[in-house]
Amino acid sequence: MLWVSRKTIKMNYFPDEVLEHMFFFITSHKDRNSVSLVCKSWYKIERYSRQRVFIGNCYSISPERLIARFPGLKSLTLKGKPHFADFNLVPHEWGGFVYPWIEALAKSRIGLEELRLKRMVVSDESLEFLSKSFVNFKSLVLVSCEGFTTDGLAAIAANCRFLRELDLQENEVDDQRGHWLSCFPESCTSLVTLNFACLKGEINLGALERLVVRSPNLKSLRLNHAVPLDTLQKLLMQAPQLVDLGTGSYVDDPSSEAYSKLKSVFQRCKSIRSLSGFFEVAPHCMSAIYPICRNLTFLNLSYAPGLHGNELTKLIQHCRKLQRLWILDCIGDKGLGVVASTCKELQELRVFPSDLGPGNAAMTEEGLVLLSEGCPKLNSLLYFCQQMTNAALITVAKNCPNFIRFRLCILDPVKCDPVTNQPLDEGFGAIVHFCKGLKRLSLTGLLTDQVFNYIGMYAEQLEMLSIAFAGDSDEGMLYVLNGCKKLRKLEIMKSRFGNAALLEDMGKYEAMRSLWMSSCEVTLGGCKTLAEKMPRLSVEIINESEQMEFSHDDRQKVDKMYLYRTLVGHRKDSPAFVCIL
Amino acid sequence: MEVGLKMGMKGGGLNHVGGCEKAKMGFAETELRLGLPGGGGSGEGEVVRKRGFSETVDLKLNLSSKESSGMDANDEKVKVLHKEKNLLPCATDPAKPPAKAQVVGWPPVRSFRKNVLATQKGSSEESSEKAAFVKVSMDGAPYLRKVDLRMYNSYQDLSDALAKMFGSFTIGNCGSQGMKDFMNESKLMDLLNDSDYVPTYEDKDGDWMLVGDVPWEMFVESCKRLRIMKGTEAIGLAPRAMEKCKNRS
Repeated sequence: MLWVSRKTIKMNYFPDEVLEHMFFFITSHKDRNSVSLVCKSWYKIERYSRQRVFIGNCYSISPERLIARFPGLKSLTLKGKPHFADFNLVPHEWGGFVYPWIEALAKSRIGLEELRLKRMVVSDESLEFLSKSFVNFKSLVLVSCEGFTTDGLAAIAANCRFLRELDLQENEVDDQRGHWLSCFPESCTSLVTLNFACLKGEINLGALERLVVRSPNLKSLRLNHAVPLDTLQKLLMQAPQLVDLGTGSYVDDPSSEAYSKLKSVFQRCKSIRSLSGFFEVAPHCMSAIYPICRNLTFLNLSYAPGLHGNELTKLIQHCRKLQRLWILDCIGDKGLGVVASTCKELQELRVFPSDLGPGNAAMTEEGLVLLSEGCPKLNSLLYFCQQMTNAALITVAKNCPNFIRFRLCILDPVKCDPVTNQPLDEGFGAIVHFCKGLKRLSLTGLLTDQVFNYIGMYAEQLEMLSIAFAGDSDEGMLYVLNGCKKLRKLEIMKSRFGNAALLEDMGKYEAMRSLWMSSCEVTLGGCKTLAEKMPRLSVEIINESEQMEFSHDDRQKVDKMYLYRTLVGHRKDSPAFVCIL
Repeated sequence: MEVGLKMGMKGGGLNHVGGCEKAKMGFAETELRLGLPGGGGSGEGEVVRKRGFSETVDLKLNLSSKESSGMDANDEKVKVLHKEKNLLPCATDPAKPPAKAQVVGWPPVRSFRKNVLATQKGSSEESSEKAAFVKVSMDGAPYLRKVDLRMYNSYQDLSDALAKMFGSFTIGNCGSQGMKDFMNESKLMDLLNDSDYVPTYEDKDGDWMLVGDVPWEMFVESCKRLRIMKGTEAIGLAPRAMEKCKNRS
């Protein structure tokens, strides 16, 4: 945070170059935004020197205005669909297209080097256009995107001569059987990051090996399930300098030659700090990894249901320096106990469900309590479980007051405390009370308005709140809107909040990025009122069912409403089933 | 922990007459704890079972995303509240697991992850999830039984099940403490010299082994048949079992 005194502002003769040099050291988006608000001259210097821009909602601003303000732009991050799109609540054609951005940037003189996209629709045309428009393009990161095939990747590979980073995380990609990996020219030797773990199809293994051989700077390599253990061993022989490794299919006969070679090559990989993959796993082959485990800071086993019980806990016992762990709930409460006694440096834990039906989750409150007792540095949690108690949450809150992110998902979403049969209000109340730095919270379980009262009272740093099946009345939502001054994103599904809550403080939404409400009590009339009074908000009604035309009955409850602040009015690319009021 | 099943207590019911505390205790220890979906075993509510789920799952999660009147939500909520208050955590009908309701947007797991899970389940079901039925014989019993080893999660579960099946006999402990005991030669000798019965099995190689040596999963993979031998007869197995154990560790 930059503190500016009145004296400094009077220094009109302070050379721009000096200020520019100072701003170089200010990297966080928040700080740069603050700097730009100080005075006109700082605004000007800041905008010319800004290289990295983050846009949390691609519809809040237009590419033209972005380009006009930041001519020196090199790295752009864009997010498209609302978060609940991850859970199939937003139809595919809703929007979030990257093409117009690439088109606009290409027309301008922006020397784009990095593009990071999340939940956007990316077509092969966009990728090809991108690959041909920016000579110095270096880094493409796509997270939870869709709309492209391996043909688009082939274009990137073929045309981006200085590509350093191709990072594909959990995208829906159509594999075209093309040999996109072979499209990297022989002259491409600059790769630092290559992550294609999410691709479903076959890979040209020979091309992959040759690519790795000619990439001496490769630090991060994440393979897809089609890459066998045999190839993994060969790749590691060529790239012992890797820092981040995602295995492909990790299955072999422990007595095979490939496996024994793998064991010895792992011993040479002294730099690996991060490990993931294991899409198929042979538990008896895990001992090869033990030498790496002692230095691991990140371990992701969340796609490896074949690894559980003793083999899993034995592996974890080797990972004493772990800071982030992503696993499946097959680990069980006892397994978390092993984590608690081994991984004293643990900061982040994500426990994913291996079976999505209620009643089948393996985790309970016991595992979480054990974890909190052993790992006081814990600051980020995602926990899918069968049940939770207030007592456990209170204990956890007291043991781990450093939580920044706390996401609890009880698979039966309205389950009460099984010991006391009470709602979980007190437990979550303790979380917000003791964890003063909490920025993100997701709630489940039986919850009344009281929990929102606590949140409004105590969660002063809260920026994102996700609610499902909770609350009794508008009071609940009002507590949150009135209390959480730093709230940026609020997403609510199937809860009893209606127009009164929605319309009480409409100005609040201009201080937030977005609000999502689905299957709540808000009506068309309420949304219309809001849209009328707040021209700088875009209020979208998403109506999926074909039969239901947009009725003109204001009393009709709205299925899905998504509103966000915007400086450029209503978007022009919305599909038929979206009505922007 | 010796597990003894008193004679006459077949089936699942608690046949105690008031005051028979010891019998009750004994039964509780031999209680069949099958890893069956939908619960099973005791109806007591003190211990919160991980598999207990509320009957209201059916009700609540059948809300369709198309509901335009929110009244359903209200009513169901009230029902849920009442039900939750009266319900014991695990009082479900084991014979009828509730239908897995499909609520759009629930659970909040990314489609990418859901798809990967589904694919993995599909392929694993082809390979390893077929039942592993093995014949079980007991010396002196007039007929054999068959058990599906995949129904059990641990040696203890199997031990309990076998105890139920074959009436009054005692099985030596197969749990981890038991494994340690087997490593201790003198204890092993004591155990085998009793007239107690000892479970043994024939593995893939055709060798007769003492149950309890190897991790449970490995046992399920390699066990071809089970034989419950008289302790005195099993002595011949012990030295070989010791050897195999030593080689493995």
